[in-house]
Amino acid sequence: MCLAIPGKVVEIRGHMAKVDFKGILRLVDISMLEDVRIGDYVVVHVGFAISKLDEKEAKETLKLWDEILRGI
Amino acid sequence: MADILAKKFRDKEKIASLVKYIKKISEGKKYTFMHVCGTHEQTIARFNLRAILPSNVKLIAGPGCPVCITPAKDIDTAIKLAEKNKVLTYGDMLRVPGTRDSLFTAKAKGADVGIVYSIKDAKKIAEKTDKNVVFFSPGFETTACTVATEVLKGLPENMFILSSLRLIPPIMELLLGIGDVRFEGYIAPGHVSAVIGYGAYEYIAKAYHMPIVVAGFEPLDILLAVALLIRQIKKGDAKVENEYSRVVTKEGNTKAKRAMEEAFYVASDIWRGIGRVPFSALKLRNEEVDAEKVFKIKIEKSIDIKPNCSCHLVIIGKISPFECKMFAKACTPENPYGACMVSSEGTCYIAYMNYANEK
Repeated sequence: MCLAIPGKVVEIRGHMAKVDFKGILRLVDISMLEDVRIGDYVVVHVGFAISKLDEKEAKETLKLWDEILRGI
Repeated sequence: MADILAKKFRDKEKIASLVKYIKKISEGKKYTFMHVCGTHEQTIARFNLRAILPSNVKLIAGPGCPVCITPAKDIDTAIKLAEKNKVLTYGDMLRVPGTRDSLFTAKAKGADVGIVYSIKDAKKIAEKTDKNVVFFSPGFETTACTVATEVLKGLPENMFILSSLRLIPPIMELLLGIGDVRFEGYIAPGHVSAVIGYGAYEYIAKAYHMPIVVAGFEPLDILLAVALLIRQIKKGDAKVENEYSRVVTKEGNTKAKRAMEEAFYVASDIWRGIGRVPFSALKLRNEEVDAEKVFKIKIEKSIDIKPNCSCHLVIIGKISPFECKMFAKACTPENPYGACMVSSEGTCYIAYMNYANEK
């Protein structure tokens, strides 16, 4: 029950959004997030988006891997 | 984008070089790290990370499965409520043992028990029936904020909440406070942290001099967290680092936190196998929707851990499932004896599914 998974917002209707989980579409409550846009990736838990996925930050984490290996 | 990212965080070469790095920096010393998240345990088991890490670096599972730590008294209460009302809950709650019955066996005896994916589904069902509907919700902060949001929006008149909601930081603190700490760092749960923010652990890192790294759910996330924890220990640091910055911020989800504060107050309550944990449970401020207050069910005596069950030791990471004499014998996913064998996030269930042939 405690699994949260990322999906892509494809449609927004008020505080609900249609989210694509690798082909499976589900209505998700986005009222806990600010400024959700079509194309955003959101982390969804029991029907609610709890966080957005930040691509820039993801790249930063991958950079962290580089830094660690370089011993910084 | 999510797929591409997932692939990058599963990149074989990156993983291999990181493991090599961990081997190098951990040489000559033993390190044990605890995570408190069922989904972390799934990643660790699914990608067999314990096997690729050097033998001096150990990962142990703590109390990270909400289903496992829901006390028998709450299951017993839900069963009692289901005699006269409709009780709706998440699918993996059904087989969790209560003192005598589980919701599953109670249902077979005629109790009105149903499965939902979300509190929203429970609301829809309540709107279509005259019967009283009780939504039985275990879960940590990730679930609590969804219950809070719907309670604040307003529930149908015939709908009530039975809350077994629990908080993660108090249990992390308790495990450090009871002494006999056998680990050197925490891997903090990514999605709970998405809600509460990584700032929520700073007092623990400081007060207990305990390195903490918030991690995501891909193999590279876990390995990065391990590397960061070792790096902290070698430097003598004890701080909170955020490896999962693509999802987690320092403040977390402020709307979700506000909703939880408005809907709930913090109380002390029982965790299965652990006992009463101070300030670790969420109770409803609105007594009119609180099933405990409205229906006043009294459970005189409940049993969390049955004879020979070692769930209480597995839950706090003292033993591995393989050290329990019931494991994979009298306790299997088809016929779970202890709560840790029920949910796909339970430590014993995951061990059974991923490592059963490797013992």
